[in-house]
Amino acid sequence: MNDNLFIHRKTSYALYEVALAKATNQQLVEISNELALGSSLQEMKSIQTYFKKEDRNPTDVELQTISQTWSEHCYHKTFKGRIRLDGKEIDSLFKTYIAKATKEINPPWCFSVFEDNAGIVRFDKGYGIAVKVETHNHPSAVEPFGGAATGVGGVIRDILGVWADPIACTDVLGFGPLDYDYNKLPAGVKHPKYVYMGVTAGISAYGNNMGIPTVNGAIYFDDSYTGNVTVYCGCIGLLPLNKFIKNAKPEHAIVLAGGKTGRDGIHGVTFASAELTEKSEEISRPAVQIADPIEEEKVKRALIEIRDLLLASSTTDLGGGGLSSAVGETAEKFDCGATVELGKVPLKYQGLAPWEVYISESQERMLLTVPPENLERVMAIFEKEDVEATAIGKLTTERRLQLNFHDEKVADMDMTFLFNPCKSMKTATLETLSFTEPTFPEPENLTETLMQLLSAPNIASKESVIRTYDHEVKGNTTLKPLQGEYAGPNDAAVLKPLDDSWKGLAISCGMNPNYGKIDAYWMAASAIDEAVRNNIAVGGRRIALLDNFTWGNPEKPERLGSLVRACQACYDFAKAFRTPFISGKDSLYNESPLGPVTPTLLITAIGIVPNIQFTTSMDLKAPGNLLYVVGETFNELGGSEYYKLKGYLGASVPKVKGAKAKRTFKAVTKAIDLGLIKSCHDLSEGGLAVAAAEMAFAGGYGLELDLGKVPGKALERNDFVLFSESNSRFLVEVSEKDRQEFEALMKGKTCSKIGKVTKDEKLLIHGLNRKIVVDASLAELRRSWKKTLSGEP
Amino acid sequence: MKLEEIKVCVMRVGGTNCDSETQRAFQELGVQAETLHVNELIKRRNLLDYQVLVFPGGFSFGDYVRSGVIFARWLSAKLDKEIETFVDEGRPILGICNGFQILVEYGLLPGLEGVSTYPEATLTTNEPQGFKCQWVYLKHENKGKCAFTNKIPAGKVVRMPIAHGEGRLLFPKEKEQEMLAKLNNNDMVVFRYCDKNGNIADGKYPANPNGSFYDIAGICNRDGNIFGLMPHPERAMYWWQQPDWTRQQQMLQYGDGKLIFQSIIDNLTKKC
Repeated sequence: MNDNLFIHRKTSYALYEVALAKATNQQLVEISNELALGSSLQEMKSIQTYFKKEDRNPTDVELQTISQTWSEHCYHKTFKGRIRLDGKEIDSLFKTYIAKATKEINPPWCFSVFEDNAGIVRFDKGYGIAVKVETHNHPSAVEPFGGAATGVGGVIRDILGVWADPIACTDVLGFGPLDYDYNKLPAGVKHPKYVYMGVTAGISAYGNNMGIPTVNGAIYFDDSYTGNVTVYCGCIGLLPLNKFIKNAKPEHAIVLAGGKTGRDGIHGVTFASAELTEKSEEISRPAVQIADPIEEEKVKRALIEIRDLLLASSTTDLGGGGLSSAVGETAEKFDCGATVELGKVPLKYQGLAPWEVYISESQERMLLTVPPENLERVMAIFEKEDVEATAIGKLTTERRLQLNFHDEKVADMDMTFLFNPCKSMKTATLETLSFTEPTFPEPENLTETLMQLLSAPNIASKESVIRTYDHEVKGNTTLKPLQGEYAGPNDAAVLKPLDDSWKGLAISCGMNPNYGKIDAYWMAASAIDEAVRNNIAVGGRRIALLDNFTWGNPEKPERLGSLVRACQACYDFAKAFRTPFISGKDSLYNESPLGPVTPTLLITAIGIVPNIQFTTSMDLKAPGNLLYVVGETFNELGGSEYYKLKGYLGASVPKVKGAKAKRTFKAVTKAIDLGLIKSCHDLSEGGLAVAAAEMAFAGGYGLELDLGKVPGKALERNDFVLFSESNSRFLVEVSEKDRQEFEALMKGKTCSKIGKVTKDEKLLIHGLNRKIVVDASLAELRRSWKKTLSGEP
Repeated sequence: MKLEEIKVCVMRVGGTNCDSETQRAFQELGVQAETLHVNELIKRRNLLDYQVLVFPGGFSFGDYVRSGVIFARWLSAKLDKEIETFVDEGRPILGICNGFQILVEYGLLPGLEGVSTYPEATLTTNEPQGFKCQWVYLKHENKGKCAFTNKIPAGKVVRMPIAHGEGRLLFPKEKEQEMLAKLNNNDMVVFRYCDKNGNIADGKYPANPNGSFYDIAGICNRDGNIFGLMPHPERAMYWWQQPDWTRQQQMLQYGDGKLIFQSIIDNLTKKC
């Protein structure tokens, strides 16, 4: 450490003043590096200007606080900043696309969007549903179990942070191929199998121990996830809307509750916004926190009681940035300042420097503001649940952030300065890549091809993982992730959150990273379509969306260009489906020695089932029933699982015809409400053939289908009709007696009867020329689907 | 005793997480049921004000050592007098999943010679290993001793979900057969894992999901008033919790889990 730049104050602990006033540009960079601030030169200079005005040097506590507050993770510089593209300027991706769609749709049932830790929509009987999805990619790359577990813990606290009781979790994961060649792994990258085992164990450990059912998710395998594991953790909560209290005022006590503070999770946010390197493990291991789900369970109980008694004036979680973001953002939100005595923060062990106390991301901590007259009762509630809680400071009228450590003043900054970082300007370019459609002959044996597709890791059964997640705790999961005796893959989960209401909550997701390799716009459109149609398939409607981006380094113009494209699709298709975004999160800088992550957009959809009795599962119900395909099929196989199996990417990425899809979805919903649909399954990876096989082996009945009846354009090859991944399509089962009513309802929509359910336990598909192209027993199909990830040798 | 006078204590501590649905199951049947943190019970309440004591599922104190052991030791240190009286008076105690583990660790189950001061059995790591959440079939083998199942005909096959990582009941190897004989002679075996046709699993996965000795899923004590089981009856209470309700033309209003709650309530209402 350069003694001229860092001057130790006369304290018994580590506290430095940093000689910023006269620092040269080079020294500013040196300071940022030395303190691991991750601040740009532009930011360092604006800090320098501020402290020149204050006529003093900053402390290390102040510099750390500023850098945390301004970090990509906390402030979303890329999404809120300016972007130059093709000579035009986009002022905030977030405002221009995501929030704009919601604003223009403006549904009355959105209660609170993009404001707090989670979005809230109205539900029933005065209750609201809060939803949040987070990423925890970098920590999971360094320490799979801990990274994933604390990802779950963190998103649960986001839900607690809007006074909601967590009722379900979701998890969508991206890994490298499990059979990745060890010899090809660069130093510092962990083997996908190890990461897969650790991450799934971490998720189950947290959710199960806290008693929150994990009800929906997906696992996706792609080469680019080898160096950049992708971990999305979601949580859904329930709250009485009249208990959603946000009215903190000056003089209200700042209470820190939950776990003790230690050195785990130092610089987590800085780490999250840097590329992974060979040294990440060594340097950033302390950035990963330690999980204790039981502590969080106790905090939850106390918090809900405090909510119900209306004793506090606000709450927020401690996540990225630790106390520094929780205290700062709370004060900022309520237009106050804050004063905090860091010496009062309960520590795991002694010896932490004040800046460490302030930015540590130790888990299971919540912040509350409490009117002084209620403080005693709040403390008693925490005590009853065996939770440590401490009043560490208070909100103030003066708009300054003042921090003390055992009576030594360690920070004193203007709030307006702290919350007005300089806007970044980034440049984006649109890559013009050309893709070609492969030419290869139609395979002789399509039964064999179907078996291979069912065994493809992205399609194969995830039962071995799903069963390690408790998806039934709380006893409210009415449509489970695995359907019935044969554990078929339901399109969405349905919960019955309230004892005195039959209203259900449908939770689904959509993600198509492979399409993004061709075009990020259509990838995003497809993800929205998939999330929505999964929801529609079980009987959901009035759907709200969440967007979660996992992208590469946005400083690189072509990466940013594809991000802009994806955001454009988010606007276009949220508008087309009238499905507002209510919350979202971005994780950028996902780059490793193996290269960037493939652009990945996860869309989570939350719908309402008016009466759970009409929930529809995906398993065939009875022989003699008719099978229809709804929606149009095109030769869209670019990025499909079929092309992937054949070793191609292709060019014909599936597109979405928004207005038409919306009409199709409406008709399906109507048919479900009238009880006309016995089973319904969306067509996604692997197309019609895979969906049909899944419905058959989940229900234990056969199917006889005719590809010649499948409506579409220029359909000339059996393999393309079987495996096309065109969007907005369903297979639906209708009984003979409902045939007329159903067909009348579908008039004017693309819908065609393509076969029937049979008693014979076989999937029999006639090709375009009536010849049999698929002939397989359900047992064989089921075996192919289950073997890949069964965990058995 | 009148139905509405029956008071059920659902006891929780940090890490308990199946209390609300367990309480709901009892309330559904018309009795008073209350979830109480054990701190609250010790400071302000009296266990003997309740007619039924329930230990619901979860991970008490995190179960960071053998499941249930910390809470069991803790209870015997702080609440042993009350529990002793509760048991001596023959009041019913139910342990579900983690609750079952707690009863075994406390020495209340199997309780071959009455309450034991050390655990006579253990519920250990599943075989195959790992946490499993799935529906299982159980054969009711009790001949009428168990107060929580004596409304269920012997031999009836019922269905409930399990969700645990440590549910394999084991006895000391050298005493295994002797203890099994005692269990059978005293009618203490209540549920055994079986397939959907009622054939006993005979140790085979997945019908026996955890490798439990003699396919045991639930046992009661000698007097039949203390009952523990690994599966979750509270998750099999209503029609809409069943795994295949979307396949049925007509659903019964309740699932098999109700039989357990109903049995104990019927037994209490019969008593004067």
